Amino acid sequence: MSGANGTTAPTPLPRVKAADVSQVLHTPPKTPAHGHGDLAALAERHGLTVSGARPPLPEYLRQLWARRHFITAFATAKLTAQYSQAKLGQVWQVMTPLLNAAVYYFIFGVLLETKKGVADFIPFLVTGVFVFTFTQSSIMAGTRAISGSIGLVRALHFPRATLPISFCLQQLQQLLFSMAALVLILLAVGVPPAPSWLLAIPVMVLQFIFNAGMAMIMARLGAHTPDISQLMPFILRTWMYVSGVMWSIDNLISKHHGMPSWLGALLRANPAAVYIDLMRFALIDTFHGSQLPPHVWLVATGWALLVGVGGFIYFWKAEETYGRG
Amino acid sequence: MADNANTSDTATRTALTEPVDERIPTVIADSVDIVYRINGTGAGRGSATAALNRILRPKQAEKASGTRIVHAVKKVSFVAYKGEAVGLIGTNGSGKSTLLKGIAGLQPVENGKIYTDGQPSLLGVNAALMGDLTGERNVYLGGLAMGMTREQIKERYQEIVDFSGINEKGDFISLPMRTYSSGMGSRLRFSIAAAKDHDVLLIDEALSTGDARFQARSAERIQEMREHAGTVFLVSHSNAAIRTTCERVLWLERGELRMDGPTEEVLEAYEEFTSGKAKK
Repeated sequence: MSGANGTTAPTPLPRVKAADVSQVLHTPPKTPAHGHGDLAALAERHGLTVSGARPPLPEYLRQLWARRHFITAFATAKLTAQYSQAKLGQVWQVMTPLLNAAVYYFIFGVLLETKKGVADFIPFLVTGVFVFTFTQSSIMAGTRAISGSIGLVRALHFPRATLPISFCLQQLQQLLFSMAALVLILLAVGVPPAPSWLLAIPVMVLQFIFNAGMAMIMARLGAHTPDISQLMPFILRTWMYVSGVMWSIDNLISKHHGMPSWLGALLRANPAAVYIDLMRFALIDTFHGSQLPPHVWLVATGWALLVGVGGFIYFWKAEETYGRG
Repeated sequence: MADNANTSDTATRTALTEPVDERIPTVIADSVDIVYRINGTGAGRGSATAALNRILRPKQAEKASGTRIVHAVKKVSFVAYKGEAVGLIGTNGSGKSTLLKGIAGLQPVENGKIYTDGQPSLLGVNAALMGDLTGERNVYLGGLAMGMTREQIKERYQEIVDFSGINEKGDFISLPMRTYSSGMGSRLRFSIAAAKDHDVLLIDEALSTGDARFQARSAERIQEMREHAGTVFLVSHSNAAIRTTCERVLWLERGELRMDGPTEEVLEAYEEFTSGKAKK
């Protein structure tokens, strides 16, 4: 810091003398000897800033960018720590999504037979499960991002958006493992590799932005009302059942002619359904573009931007309150 | 530089008895109140009817069963200057750590304001560390959490490991941190936290960790940081640690600032206060 500041402040300061205070040793201290004005003026004269104030949005973005290495390191560390005590170790990264898919196949494919009329049901189902799980676990992790890391929030100073974003990144890494498993499944059931598989990348990017926005919204809600995390599993499960994870929205709409058109539109505008169908379109050759809702890329981008940017601003607005209580 | 030497010189000599104008303030607390709100502490905490009541009549039920308010810091004002080491003392639960968090900007203040020069850092990196990861990865994680860059950490890595003394008894740095003894763990945590240069450094009881040799080393490191940094705040129950490190002491009791003055003066009064309590 510059020493110049110190020499340019000749005004004598009112101070509490030690002797004054020791006289009131056994009684609560009287009002401080220096008033509000003096201290605030002193702070201003030396360019001191209020501790813990919320930085303006551009500054906040800059701080967040400066912490990008922490975001990735934290996500990777969490992911590694997750299975570090298991004997099979990181094999579980791939095993867990595969087992999940097997359970859903057993229930919905074998027992309930929702596979009727759906071509390539196994990849159809597995893609749906993996893509939805990405959103689902990002939101769950986001809900606990602040409340579950309260120690970190109270110990260190960093833009708090680091936490929900980092948790989403962890889920993205998890999704990449799942996608590796999915490629194995696709090849096993005879879906040919195609250039359209590359479309999976923009889908994941858009979905990641959407998830990060959702996670930030939920992080703020969860930080102030921890009860939300008890409620979320039910909301998320309902969401999963209406998102066409294990059945085809397209089939449902074409089968039920009496269904009001707004309901069909609503089912198709559901962001989870949009990302799931885009991913199926990218990966499965029998899933045609005709099964996609109109303007699907526009809708996918719109959701990502709306929730991503909106969620970020919503989260930032309460930045200084995280960790209270 | 000459100005700097002058400041710390006058600080050690007179501390608070005379107004010394040329000193540069780094932390200003202006009648600060800090309040904790704790959910679900009331009598009917667990019961469903109480919870339902809380939802239906939030205002009315808040006092009865819901939120309790703990007024941890009351109307505290002080000015800390560059080059000062300020001790914070007080009996358990007197609000020392809370005040420290307030200065760090980690605990929102209810009333009043805390002004700081730059970003004060709490020497508390442990929350970012993960027991399942190796010591080595934790050094990186902790450093990044404090806002260091990868290059800075790489540069200081050996220094951190050597300082912690973790590898003195074998290659422990490549083992998960959960396998460390508690002393080893806290030594590594302190070493990571101390690796960064801070403008205003806040230390909460850190000196009590580790064996005697490590304590001496950390006291030395704090002295060093104080020369680099502006101001050091130290919360400790060890009066010896306060005496060797600080020339000024703030005494908090029940959240109120009881006394603010040169170390010896305040500690004498504090020791009298605590021993008087013991006799009773």
